[in-house]
Amino acid sequence: MSSMARITRRGLLAGGTALLAAPAILRAQGEQPIRIGEINSYSAVPAFTLPYRNGWQLAVAHINAAGGVLGRKLEVLSRDDAGKPQDAVRLAGELVDSDHVDLLAGGFLSNVGLALSDFSKQHQKLYIAGEPLTDALVWQDGQPFCFRLRPSTYVQAAMLVEEAAKLPAKRWVSVAPNYEYGQSAVKWFQQLLKAKRPDVEFVAAQWPALGHIDAAAVAGALEAAKPEAIYNVLFGADLTNFVRQGNTRGLFEQRAVVSVLTGEPDYLDPLGEETPEGWIVTGYPWNSLKTPEHMKFLDAYQAKFNTHPMMGSVVGYTLLQSIAAGIARAGGTATAKMVEGFSGAGFASPFGAASYRPIDHQSTLGTFVGKLALKDGKGVMVDWRYVDGAGVMPSNAEVAKLRPNTP
Amino acid sequence: MLITALNGLAAAATLFLLASGLTVIFGATRIVNFAHGSLYMLGAYLGWSILARLPHTPWGFALGAVATMAALALFGALLEIGLLRRIYRAPELFQLLATFGVVLMVQDVVQHLWGPAELSLPRPPWLRGFVLLGGARYPRFDLIVIAVFPVLLGALWLGFTRTRWGVLVRAATQDRDMLAALGVDQRLLFTSVFALGAALAGLAGILALPDGSADLTMDLSAVTDAFVVVVVGGLGSLSGAALASLLLGMLQSFGVLWLPRASLVLAFAAMAMVLALRPNGLLGRPLAGRGVGEVVAFIRPAPRALRLAGWFALGAAACAPLILGPYALSVLMEMLIAMLFAASLHLMMGPGGMPSFGHAAWFGIGAYAAALAVHALAAPLPLALPAAVLLAAFAAAAFGWFVVRLSGVYLAMLTLAFAQICWAIAFQWGDVTGGDNGILGVWPGLGVRGFYWLVLALCAGGTLLLRRVLAAPFGHALRASRDSSLRAEAIGLDTGRLRLAAFTLAGAAAGLAGGLYAFAEGSVFPTYISLQRSVDALLMVLLGGVQTISGPILGAFAYTGLYDTLLSLTDYWRFVLGAMIIVLVLAFPQGLAGVRLPGAAR
Repeated sequence: MSSMARITRRGLLAGGTALLAAPAILRAQGEQPIRIGEINSYSAVPAFTLPYRNGWQLAVAHINAAGGVLGRKLEVLSRDDAGKPQDAVRLAGELVDSDHVDLLAGGFLSNVGLALSDFSKQHQKLYIAGEPLTDALVWQDGQPFCFRLRPSTYVQAAMLVEEAAKLPAKRWVSVAPNYEYGQSAVKWFQQLLKAKRPDVEFVAAQWPALGHIDAAAVAGALEAAKPEAIYNVLFGADLTNFVRQGNTRGLFEQRAVVSVLTGEPDYLDPLGEETPEGWIVTGYPWNSLKTPEHMKFLDAYQAKFNTHPMMGSVVGYTLLQSIAAGIARAGGTATAKMVEGFSGAGFASPFGAASYRPIDHQSTLGTFVGKLALKDGKGVMVDWRYVDGAGVMPSNAEVAKLRPNTP
Repeated sequence: MLITALNGLAAAATLFLLASGLTVIFGATRIVNFAHGSLYMLGAYLGWSILARLPHTPWGFALGAVATMAALALFGALLEIGLLRRIYRAPELFQLLATFGVVLMVQDVVQHLWGPAELSLPRPPWLRGFVLLGGARYPRFDLIVIAVFPVLLGALWLGFTRTRWGVLVRAATQDRDMLAALGVDQRLLFTSVFALGAALAGLAGILALPDGSADLTMDLSAVTDAFVVVVVGGLGSLSGAALASLLLGMLQSFGVLWLPRASLVLAFAAMAMVLALRPNGLLGRPLAGRGVGEVVAFIRPAPRALRLAGWFALGAAACAPLILGPYALSVLMEMLIAMLFAASLHLMMGPGGMPSFGHAAWFGIGAYAAALAVHALAAPLPLALPAAVLLAAFAAAAFGWFVVRLSGVYLAMLTLAFAQICWAIAFQWGDVTGGDNGILGVWPGLGVRGFYWLVLALCAGGTLLLRRVLAAPFGHALRASRDSSLRAEAIGLDTGRLRLAAFTLAGAAAGLAGGLYAFAEGSVFPTYISLQRSVDALLMVLLGGVQTISGPILGAFAYTGLYDTLLSLTDYWRFVLGAMIIVLVLAFPQGLAGVRLPGAAR
């Protein structure tokens, strides 16, 4: 710090009035860190956000150790929105107005993501969303100042449809938490599966309230519909309840189950030895993914935090890597320049290379599709393959229709 | 059919486990224990830690359950001695607030001790077992849970009817003061009752483990369930709680078959229906006349000094846009809106004598009305704001028509039910409300400064108007019907209509606050109607003091400032906020304004 101040002072003395006339010289010295205003639901959704924080902290350490971006260090100012979009917007205002951050990032809940995106549009500030899954973020409500990293609800459903269409099952039922995420995950799955397999029918649907499932009643109602296959969107404590009731009652025996996100360690670990084998899921097989880029990330993460990474860790880590890549490509931190630089920016991730699509600002980061299995009393993913996000997106013409504000 | 009925019984048993402790505690101590869900969560987490160290046999499980119950009983006793004993004489909502402080603290403590991840207990084979019933598999553990229901009910019934302790508790339930006059040591009695209630919550927690897991959100969802059961059954009535558990358990189990999307709304709708027909719940009795005839200081016009300070503050606020940047202005707007919102709640629960636990409903209706007017009808701000006020006023009038004859805790709970239904509609009906994604892009089109002045004018004007209303004959009549409705009716006041008018006015003012908030934030979300939002408003009013008009104004500014600061200062803001609430309740039972102006007429 002190050397920085000295250099600035020396610069001031040497430059004298010339410096006053050309403040750009100050900026060009490049000692100011690049400030990222990061907002997430740390106290409301700690199970996701704490591993996520570990992830981005690791990335910041890596990036700064390698000399930063454009010769400047990254500095992250992190805030807790307590799970409330209105608080997220207020904090964003503080970060932009008082702390003069160069860009905003973060978000777990979809509504927080959308609120921050709306804020970024109003204030013409760049916002990079990490986790929020809602399609609206890049499509219906998509706007030039917002980019999103995670594969969306649509992408997750589309990946699973590829597998589901191969199953002989015709009678399907669905179970999903009754809110926007659950509703669109079911809507896309039904729409895409029927397009591939006109002979399937969805004979029943259960919509338990989020965090409030009566798993016995839901399992009973699904059983009563005599389905051949089940599509599940439940996660977290609801999922644990549902799986236990389903196991005891034999709901999953002789039936195919296709399930969104269940292969992520965040949701798989609590299932433990009750993990239902054979479910087709999307997720993150952290203990069997041996690519060099993942091993590097895994070793560094385990060395630093003494525990294995969650999906959130990968999101946090990759979010910062993508921001560094985008700024490097933009060559500066003026917002207009960054918007241009991030469009099409390629970046590295523990899953492999990805990039932000110019057409809708969605990244092409993909995820893994595989089957659940039991190994030493723990749930794992087997027979998995990586599905690149770019491969399962709708056509560009369709995206243009879905996104009224196509850049 | 048989399986569905059994599912309903198991759900009923779970509900009864939760609700029995709550109703027993309320019956004896008259405390609405918001922290009951936290005791349940502690039971689950402690049970998880204890069971992991015991053999995975039925006896190990039973031993673990007993140990967990003992630990919770001890915790409950300490909580009663350390906190609740000191506030038995405080107003009901203050007690509720103190227990809410406990909820906040326990959340952070549990997260710190056990970590944020969901914890599940491996099930040994005997817990995974099932019996065949008509060709279908039914979990054996659920049969055990069902069996606990009658056993527990019987044991509690015996305890309350056949022991001297039980007789004393029942006597305290009926008439505390008489019991005290007879020389019974109530302190020991209440401590033991609270310990029992806590132990029952712990039992519920540990019994939730084999079918699920321990996680950090289970406390609030459990306590709202338990509230519904206790209120439907009648506060303090054990048999009522049993009956209500059966009713709601069955409703839940058959409900998902016929109306899978309405599971959340069903329970609250049932509660509203029962209370509309039987204002004291299924088996409840009217509560002994508590609070009636309490002498409350008369509200007079503000003293000169306070009035001057008020005008000075208003002048400063009007000049603010000339000095402050957009962020500071947005914080000020948030505070001004909170002020109007808190003032509207104050009108209802202070002079109106109608405690509300769901005031966010009117706020949310106003916000959604404004947002939908802008989006669906393309209405500009001058049309959208009146729409917000009118719709909120209309909803408040319609709802108030059913509830103004209720009083005290029942009224608070029914308003809570209504707010939860509104929340569920906003959260789940994605096609109209946008679901949890909300409605975006509701900007005022005025520029920050212009809109700030509008907010200042409407919020300050609205608050002053509410104040004026209280000084008018209407306000005097309203207070008369609160302090003694019999005498008020004897002198010819129509107390029902007075209360309804106050209810509608408060709804309209909250609706205006909500409409303004929608424009200030540029969006609406279901969080505007959440329980947390209602609690925020209550905290503001209670912090400021119920019996003063300047109270809610001060409270709104203090709370908003405190919350914003804490949120950016520490990860453990819930713990700090909870602790501060408890300290405030213990130290200043009359609120902040009561401290600042001791003895002065306000």
